[in-house]
Amino acid sequence: MTGGGDTVDIRGAAHAKVKHDSAVRHVTGKAIYIDDMPNVPGTLEALFVTSPHAHARIISIDGARALAMAGVHAVLTAEDIPGHNDIAPVFSEEPVLASGTAEYVGHPVALVVAETYDMAFAAAKAVRVAYEPLEPVLSIQEALANKHYTFPEQIMERGDPDGAIEGAVNRVSGRVSCGGQDHFYLEGQVALALPGEDNDMLVYSSTQHPSEVQHGVAHVLGIASNQVTVEVRRMGGGFGGKESQPTIIAAAAALAAHKTGRPAKYRMRRDDDMVVTGKRHDFDFTYEVGFDHDGRIEGIDVVMAMRSGNVADLSSGVLARALCHGDNCYYLPAVRFQGYPCKTNTVSNTAFRGFRGPQGMFVIEVVLEHIARELGKPVEDIRSVNYYGTDDRNTTPYGQTIKDNIIAELTESLKNAIDYDRRVGEVERFNAHQTSLKKGIALMPVKFGVSFNTPLLNQAGALVHVFTDGSVHLNHGGTEMGQGLFTKVAQVVATVFQIDIDNIKISSTRTDKVPNTSATAASSGSDLNGMAALNAAETIKDRMAGVAADHFEVAANEIEFRQNRVYAGNESLSFAALAQMTWAARESLSSTGYYKTPEINWDAKTLTGNPFYYFTYGACVSEVVIDTLTGESRVLRADILQDCGKSLNPSVDYGQIEGAFVQGMGWLTSEELVWDDGGRLLTHGPSTYKIPGSRDVPPELNIHILEDAPNRVPTIFRSKAVGEPPLMLALAVYLAIRDAVGRLGGGRLMPVLNAPATPEAILTAVDDIRRRAEAGAK
Amino acid sequence: MSYSVKMTVNGKEVTGEVEGRTLLVQFLREHLGLTGTHVGCDTSQCGACTIHMNGRAVKSCALLATHCEGQDILTIEGLADGDTLHPMQEAFREHHALQCGFCTPGMVMSAIGIVDDNPDPSHDEIRHALEGNICRCTGYHNIVLAIEAAAQEMNK
Repeated sequence: MTGGGDTVDIRGAAHAKVKHDSAVRHVTGKAIYIDDMPNVPGTLEALFVTSPHAHARIISIDGARALAMAGVHAVLTAEDIPGHNDIAPVFSEEPVLASGTAEYVGHPVALVVAETYDMAFAAAKAVRVAYEPLEPVLSIQEALANKHYTFPEQIMERGDPDGAIEGAVNRVSGRVSCGGQDHFYLEGQVALALPGEDNDMLVYSSTQHPSEVQHGVAHVLGIASNQVTVEVRRMGGGFGGKESQPTIIAAAAALAAHKTGRPAKYRMRRDDDMVVTGKRHDFDFTYEVGFDHDGRIEGIDVVMAMRSGNVADLSSGVLARALCHGDNCYYLPAVRFQGYPCKTNTVSNTAFRGFRGPQGMFVIEVVLEHIARELGKPVEDIRSVNYYGTDDRNTTPYGQTIKDNIIAELTESLKNAIDYDRRVGEVERFNAHQTSLKKGIALMPVKFGVSFNTPLLNQAGALVHVFTDGSVHLNHGGTEMGQGLFTKVAQVVATVFQIDIDNIKISSTRTDKVPNTSATAASSGSDLNGMAALNAAETIKDRMAGVAADHFEVAANEIEFRQNRVYAGNESLSFAALAQMTWAARESLSSTGYYKTPEINWDAKTLTGNPFYYFTYGACVSEVVIDTLTGESRVLRADILQDCGKSLNPSVDYGQIEGAFVQGMGWLTSEELVWDDGGRLLTHGPSTYKIPGSRDVPPELNIHILEDAPNRVPTIFRSKAVGEPPLMLALAVYLAIRDAVGRLGGGRLMPVLNAPATPEAILTAVDDIRRRAEAGAK
Repeated sequence: MSYSVKMTVNGKEVTGEVEGRTLLVQFLREHLGLTGTHVGCDTSQCGACTIHMNGRAVKSCALLATHCEGQDILTIEGLADGDTLHPMQEAFREHHALQCGFCTPGMVMSAIGIVDDNPDPSHDEIRHALEGNICRCTGYHNIVLAIEAAAQEMNK
């Protein structure tokens, strides 16, 4: 079953470099996003009125003046919600519209519904909200000091870290922090709600999680889930920002439609999107580590304080994944990872590609650098002695034994391929001859656990129909956000039936076709939905094979599907003819398919178990140059080697690797979220929030997919997940910048450089390390 | 107050009644139903709304519809010749220079403008000229390759 897909005599088989299924529609402008759908006459536009205060009691909301304006149909508040004003994805008490208290600048407090967006915009300004400002908590440190959390802390512990650190011959401690990140999906949040009979609601939502939007809308409207259908054909980018957040927008559109009886759309404008919806969590870390003369870690204690924002949202899963990736590729015999979900009066942070795996790896890499500088050894030596073993030293802090470890070979292979040692020498020579420009180079190894940390989410469904003309309709619970999932799953079905991929119609994700789905997240889209679709297609194929066997009067196992035909020895039928024959034989040509990831378990109380079905590995070497007079940095070259198992589609995977790396680079260098002291986000548009542009990416970016590396566990055609892991490869850029700064201090001083390493941060770090180096020299 | 506007869009003369504040992109999307031109950032930064006016690539969210009176507008929908893609469209498809596709129409229109200005652009020149268009999915690498390949095709 899972070793297949090697036949390449059809168009679009598994492992082929198949073009994105919507490529032609994308380049011709014919791909339909939600805002492109033909307007249903009478469609109204919705718009939030939001809090200008980070924390305030809502005394009154007066919509009378707005309601009197032309074209305004409704001004809705929490009191107008017929069901429950709660769209929490994991916990509870996370309202669509603030009730009683506004908890962040941008918190929706009312919803205006009008004929046009301009009318809604004018009306929103006319809604009078009286507030009594309250004292806000705005920083991680303030929340941490007051134990102000959105849910209880999570402490992952193994062995006796205090004793191990105490007993070690070397000890260092330090602190470092990393910033958040806005998703900046090019298509902003959008939903269109169409009311039906009997209070039914059809919602088109740009969401990675249609089932959650369905539940949220039903909950808010006080109706059953079977009355709400959610559909999404494609998103213009998601990156985790459309996992829980679209429910806010969809629930608002549905509420507007429910109250007015007319279709209602909410397309959130960019500035509102950036202020109102959640982002990647920023973190403050402190660490203490004990190690031997070779740099081998004996005990480590890390405090990971994250900004949860005003509510928990998905932060509990985010924090668990953080704790599960604080080891990255390194064996930590005695360890304590302390995770604190700090509640602040800022927008709720949420899922973002990596789901806090990146932040977990961020801190351990800084710790390794610290050990290297303390001992005066190359950090590569420290990595080598700490890498997980294959037969021993291979148990994670949460108790999972790693069975597929290839990180040492993989990093060695990359270093050899790019002549790493020579490149380090070149960097040293360059720096010796340059006064203001300084180069740095660094390697980043990545081990990433694949599966949702919460085992119950690791399930998926599919629905496949074969029609009597041989054409195939494919549906599954996964969503398409550009990552090529629909293409990959269609390749799976083409491979099962051995028909050209052109015969397979990929259809919108809909909650009434495949119910109770998980978010398309955790890099698991093709692992889960590919297997579910395979299961559905094989069920139909078995029935068709039975009909063919009767027809040819042979045993079913003698029937072979090949090159759009079905063979029994030398005799054959077209796939379409067999489909017609199967129908005539009164066998069903339709089937659901289902898959649940095996072998996984997780105890959320003890933070132990085997949460990951497998691990995926990768490494990157980045070379950067910094200008010590301005703090500017450039990535000159990056080389990546990424494990994709036996890739389902190398073209798609290449795109994922490249895009994830560049997005990670943005997180660590240019993308800075700045709040003022009133809790207002100042960087709420692309003019002030800088995502990587065409000139910011390395001019030389060499990406290689690890060859001959089929997944050891039977995933879909032995492929591996790829959506998130390469994002963490970009830590090589941050580490290379630290390397360049560190070289100014002679190598033994730790740079004081948090992420993002903006020009301002780099310049400050350069000045600081030079000052300390001079002071030391005196 | 409304204004009558008349312009050529994708080779056809069109007319419409717009407000003074109506942006060209709104006129294209909402009046003419040409939704291939996208709005990404609402502030003329991301380039998803790029179209051609009189043969020059411009951002249609930075123009009022009334400014375009009598002008010749080309949108992504007017680029292909029936089922035959423009070489730039074909190159974007062929080189996997797209993922979510939302920035793609604007990218393609800008890319044609780049090649019109510079028939044989280097990678560096392409990267420089592409700065007004943001893509969040790719790392621009395949986009640069696609533009280079299309330039060669367009020069034939």
